[in-house]
Amino acid sequence: MPAGTLYRGREGMWSWVAHRVTGVLIFFFLFAHVLDTALVRVSPEAYDQTIDIYKNPFVNLLEYGLVAAILFHALNGLRIIAVDFWEKGPRYQKHMLWTVLAVWLILMAASLPRILEHTIKTIFGS
Amino acid sequence: MSATIENAPKIHGGGPSIESPRSKRSPRSTKTNFELYGWLFMRLSGILLVVLVLGHLLIQLVLDGGVSRIGFAFVAGRWSSPFWQSWDLIMLWLAELHGVNGLRTIINDYAERDQTRFWLKALLYTSALIVLFLGTLVIFTFDPNIGS
Ligand code: HEM
Ligand code: HEM
Repeated sequence: MPAGTLYRGREGMWSWVAHRVTGVLIFFFLFAHVLDTALVRVSPEAYDQTIDIYKNPFVNLLEYGLVAAILFHALNGLRIIAVDFWEKGPRYQKHMLWTVLAVWLILMAASLPRILEHTIKTIFGS
Repeated sequence: MSATIENAPKIHGGGPSIESPRSKRSPRSTKTNFELYGWLFMRLSGILLVVLVLGHLLIQLVLDGGVSRIGFAFVAGRWSSPFWQSWDLIMLWLAELHGVNGLRTIINDYAERDQTRFWLKALLYTSALIVLFLGTLVIFTFDPNIGS
């Protein structure tokens, strides 16, 4: 078999697995999230108490994880679309995957202090 | 654009299973182009969701204090604007339909018994109806004075 034709176990497969796992994760979050938002129809107190959970330091960290999942799914989703619609897409799919990972890393690093600001202030004082 | 045709599910082909190369066309699930439209929808909604969801996360978690400032008063302020109401409504429908169609594919891939598939999909579609109904209702009936 010529080199580079084996899909299984290579980058193409792992990015597909990661795309699938992140998609499911976001879907389950959305279910819970529409329920928590619906509490605005119950009372301001019920909503505020539930939203306080989002401000717990551990949950705040989970939010950073959610952002990691969505950013990967979004960037890799654009890569999938490019592979399908751009005639040179299939040839550059691997380059595009490294680009996706680089952009993902930059955005994750840049947003870290902002997303965890609440936790940093709660733990270390303002 | 030539790659489009090759990668899309074939017109009148489709169905979730992959047949062996020379088997006869199955008479089932070849009547509509549902899989093709589903495939296109995943890509179109995906492009819109990049803006809608990443914009949402930027507002909710990054800008101007992030998660610290979220509460009933914050939502009341945002949903006083038809622009953000529409944003949330479109995001709700696109994300939910995109996610449901994605999960439908995944169920087709892993659940092999017809019965298992049926029940998993019944659960999936029921959850989608709840989310779409409740989410839409909440946006249209939001009352900023509910507490007083
Ligand atoms: C942890 C991160 C998130 C926070 C803190 C957050 C916060 C909020 C808040 C405060 C609202 C109320 C309305 C508004 O201010 O626009 C809302 C609504 C909404 N969010 Fe998020 N959100 C997050 C992540 C997401 C994600 C990842 C999605 C999509 C997959 C999403 C989809 C929605 C939808 C569809 C609504 C409207 C709900 C309804 O119709 O009742 N959110 N979110
Ligand atoms: C942020 C922008 C998004 C983009 C660009 C995007 C793009 C895509 C693309 C191109 C696919 C592949 C479809 C196929 O292979 O035919 C896909 C699959 C999927 N997406 Fe998204 N998506 C986005 C957001 C979301 C959200 C918010 C959810 C959850 C509610 C989600 C859940 C899924 C699931 C479950 C799949 C199926 C994965 C699989 O079959 O392996 N996506 N997405």
